[in-house]
Amino acid sequence: MNREPILKARGLVKRYGRVTALDDCDFDLMPGEILAVIGDNGAGKSSLIKALSGAIAIDEGEITLDGQPVSFASPLAARDAGIETVYQTLALSPALSIVENMFMGREWRRPGLAGRWFRALDRDRMRAFARDKLSELGLMTIQNIDQPVETLSGGQRQGVAVARAAAFGSRVVILDEPTAALGVKESRRVLELILDVKSRGIPIILISHNMPHVFEVADRIHVHRLGRRLCVIDPREHSMSDAVAYMTGAKAPH
Amino acid sequence: MTTTPPPPPRPGPVSGRGPSDFETGLAASPQGVARFEAPRRTPLAGIQHLLHATPTLVPVIVLALSILVFGLIAGERFFSPFNLSLILQQVSIIGILAAAQSLIVLTAGIDLSVAAIMVLMSVVSGKLAITMGVPAPLALGASFALGTLAGMLNGLMVARLKLPPFIVTLGTWNIFFALNLWFSGAQSIRSQDIDAAAPLLKFFGNSFRVAGANITFGSILMVVIFAVLWYVLNRTAWGRHVYAIGDDKAAAELAGIRTDRVLVQVYALAGFICAIGAWAAIGRVGSISPQSFYEGNLQSITAVVIGGISLFGGRGSIMGALFGALIVGVFQSGLRLAGVDVLWQVFAIGWLIIIAVAIDQWIRKVSA
Repeated sequence: MNREPILKARGLVKRYGRVTALDDCDFDLMPGEILAVIGDNGAGKSSLIKALSGAIAIDEGEITLDGQPVSFASPLAARDAGIETVYQTLALSPALSIVENMFMGREWRRPGLAGRWFRALDRDRMRAFARDKLSELGLMTIQNIDQPVETLSGGQRQGVAVARAAAFGSRVVILDEPTAALGVKESRRVLELILDVKSRGIPIILISHNMPHVFEVADRIHVHRLGRRLCVIDPREHSMSDAVAYMTGAKAPH
Repeated sequence: MTTTPPPPPRPGPVSGRGPSDFETGLAASPQGVARFEAPRRTPLAGIQHLLHATPTLVPVIVLALSILVFGLIAGERFFSPFNLSLILQQVSIIGILAAAQSLIVLTAGIDLSVAAIMVLMSVVSGKLAITMGVPAPLALGASFALGTLAGMLNGLMVARLKLPPFIVTLGTWNIFFALNLWFSGAQSIRSQDIDAAAPLLKFFGNSFRVAGANITFGSILMVVIFAVLWYVLNRTAWGRHVYAIGDDKAAAELAGIRTDRVLVQVYALAGFICAIGAWAAIGRVGSISPQSFYEGNLQSITAVVIGGISLFGGRGSIMGALFGALIVGVFQSGLRLAGVDVLWQVFAIGWLIIIAVAIDQWIRKVSA
């Protein structure tokens, strides 16, 4: 891997009062890869992810995207820079439709007078786009794109959230525990979805507690411990029990 | 928490990449992820689904039924174009307040101060135009601006200070009412004085006759306000954001909506609509009384609730509030014409509120 990381962080520090959640933490995401981030509870992985997605402001350190230093004041700023996050809660509005959720906060307006003066939404174009994106990802078992999200199953909701991120995440997609709430079969679909997104050339950061899932799809695994990156391992050369041992401190990486 | 059991740890490097061993059983299992074949529903569940998809249906049916029933009871007198247009006139002010109230209820809030803002603004424009001699258009403009500001004050306290809307508007209801008494000196402005100094203030009291019906400009204004708000809420991004905030504020925030800003805008718009309502109220009542519409706050909530807009936010159509206001008007008119004591009108409205909320709860229980 001689290429430059697309998303890089050096020396991140985040303190909450006396608790140091991130302690001189480094991070690298290579173009086109799936990087899993694993760590025990309280290791600071969610602080790391929040720092990268703009949800928290870091106290020290530097983040660069495509070689350019960035500092995100809000998730919105990170999103505008092309970093899309699928939160564990999915951030979908249950009573609104699939299309409305996919375009929430970045709706398309009709061209001309209707759009400029009357701010009319271009509902046909948004529907067509959403339908395209969902079928690209093999999610067209969802029949009616105008049905409320609350009528979908857990896996389908996850699918909508991932499709939304993939459709708009031009540079990086962050997935926070995408299979945590799903059954075996639905998890399988979501894993396939993640590989689909990767095949489109979009790099993915996958936060997960599920070792089999991590070892199946990740290209590299970032092991987080005590607020910093302990090591990065190759899932082809390490076993799951190694990874768990590193994560918990039972074994030191060599 | 994971739903899959961890596989036995394998020593050494993981060889094959792909589904884990424990998943091989999946191949034999049904492959459909989730199908949308309509499950067989009982007629009742079918109705529940229909209402879930079109929440305005309940008030429409209730309105049609009540018109029919009162038409049968009171006959010609109820059904005359004149009486029907009179109902429209009578509900126009509460209807306009209900339009403002709907915006706020859709964000899962509640506004107890709508009528207080309205009365204060009618006093402001009246006092400016009649007592102080400010040109009427200017006086009205000032009342619109102040009404918007009053709403914005509510919005800032709700969005920025994170105070519960109920408490904020309970407070401002009292504050605006006190300001209103202070500014008006607890004195009404007489109809003749308005006619003499600023007839423009009574513009919405004008009417025209069509086929025996007497349509006031105020009634038309109410319908226009609802139509415009329907468009804004359903056909613009801002309107969808209002729904998203009422549905799940945290999710809307994460999806990139500046929820606090939209909330302040919603309250400010509601204040603006109340100020327009103030203009219409002067035309409807004829005079300007600081003591009028004291029950307007709760009546507007009644219309919204009967109209099927969920007090939990994010569900219901603004048109429901129009139908809700009309249902109240039809009940009052019908029961009066049928010779029923006023107290039974109040009794009936009370039951309507409770039934409407019960139906809302029932509809919300519908699941996939």
